[in-house]
Amino acid sequence: MNEKKEMRLTVAAGLLIGAAAVALVLFGNPANMGFCIACFLRDMAGSLGLHSAAAVQYMRPEIIGLVLGSMILALVRHEWAPKGGSAPMTRFVLGFFVMIGCLMFLGCPFRMILRLAGGDGNALFGLAGFVAGILCGVFFLNRGYTLRRTYRLPTTEGAALPTILIAFLVILAAVPSLLRFSTEGPGSKHAPLLISLAAGLLVGALAQRTRLCMVGGIRDFVLFREKRLLIAFVAIFAAAFVGNLITGNFNPGFAGQPIAHTDGLWNALGMMLAGFGCVLLGGCPLRQLVLAGEGSADSAVTVLGLMAGAACAHNFGLASSGEGPTAAGRVAVVIGLVAVTLIACFNTFRKDNAK
Amino acid sequence: MKKLDARGLSCPEPVVMIRKAMQSGEDAYEMVVDNHAAKENVTRYAEHQGYTVTVSEEGSDVTLTMRK
Repeated sequence: MNEKKEMRLTVAAGLLIGAAAVALVLFGNPANMGFCIACFLRDMAGSLGLHSAAAVQYMRPEIIGLVLGSMILALVRHEWAPKGGSAPMTRFVLGFFVMIGCLMFLGCPFRMILRLAGGDGNALFGLAGFVAGILCGVFFLNRGYTLRRTYRLPTTEGAALPTILIAFLVILAAVPSLLRFSTEGPGSKHAPLLISLAAGLLVGALAQRTRLCMVGGIRDFVLFREKRLLIAFVAIFAAAFVGNLITGNFNPGFAGQPIAHTDGLWNALGMMLAGFGCVLLGGCPLRQLVLAGEGSADSAVTVLGLMAGAACAHNFGLASSGEGPTAAGRVAVVIGLVAVTLIACFNTFRKDNAK
Repeated sequence: MKKLDARGLSCPEPVVMIRKAMQSGEDAYEMVVDNHAAKENVTRYAEHQGYTVTVSEEGSDVTLTMRK
């Protein structure tokens, strides 16, 4: 496909995704949280009883839709392929700490854009940290960082996570009493099931087609001066910004922003951890869901790592709240930065890494 | 012609690999990849560097031949 056509498709996808995020808030999702992969996986962990923070429990159909939307389009385009075996346990740990970073900031990179588009100035600190984290990752990529090769695996490896998510969807629709649901707080705010699912399917398919990745945009620009994914990032921001202006959800400022705190340093450090970890993983949490839909068992394991991180974040008081970060959360982010740096070093400066 | 095997590597690693290889300034390179993102990204990068890319697919392996 020629480059201009590809660019138009990327911009259109970004605009649609931004608009879908604004629409989900209108239909009931929490403010500036049309999509937030970190928050939604956290809510799902709560709904499954993996943590007991009463305010953040819901089986988010958006996540299910994202994976299935990607899977359906990948199948249609003959791109679905069960693959894995590239350092799964390392990916689990990276996913875990990416979630710790996201819950320090209160949002994944996707929600960071939506927070910026809603006027939340605190997300500027997050963005600064995010860029710094990506630069750390790029430093190692340029020196030969790799989690080694993936291999073709049996179909069940690629089909397992989508199947589990379909089971969750059936439970949500047919026997919701098995799950936990928040009665107040962010977990209680959600769009109707079918609308959430449809938005997830749409965005999952668009993200599969355009290889959309919040980390990839900045990373590829720094590495190769490649602007395509960065333009998608800007398009999502632009559509969400205009959408928020039209719907009266644009409220510029720092204090009192929805599901956010004003501690600039820890907003930055949280997103630095997320950005660094995501570069080492090869993509942001959204991209991991999309890759899991395309059959990647490695990305499916990463998603499990993200959920485990979310469960621990709430079981041990590591997640921030509107009042700000916790002492334990600060310690966890520092441990995360050390762990991620060690993982980067071990997988960059190995004798057998020399190609 | 310099030959590179980027099968099993996920982006951006194949592009980092071809960028490093292209620093030697040869007229032709051949790279084998096995996923669509790598195929698209390596092709785009090589074209930006002034190479003409031809693609041949065999099973899940995609061979990209890049010539100046």
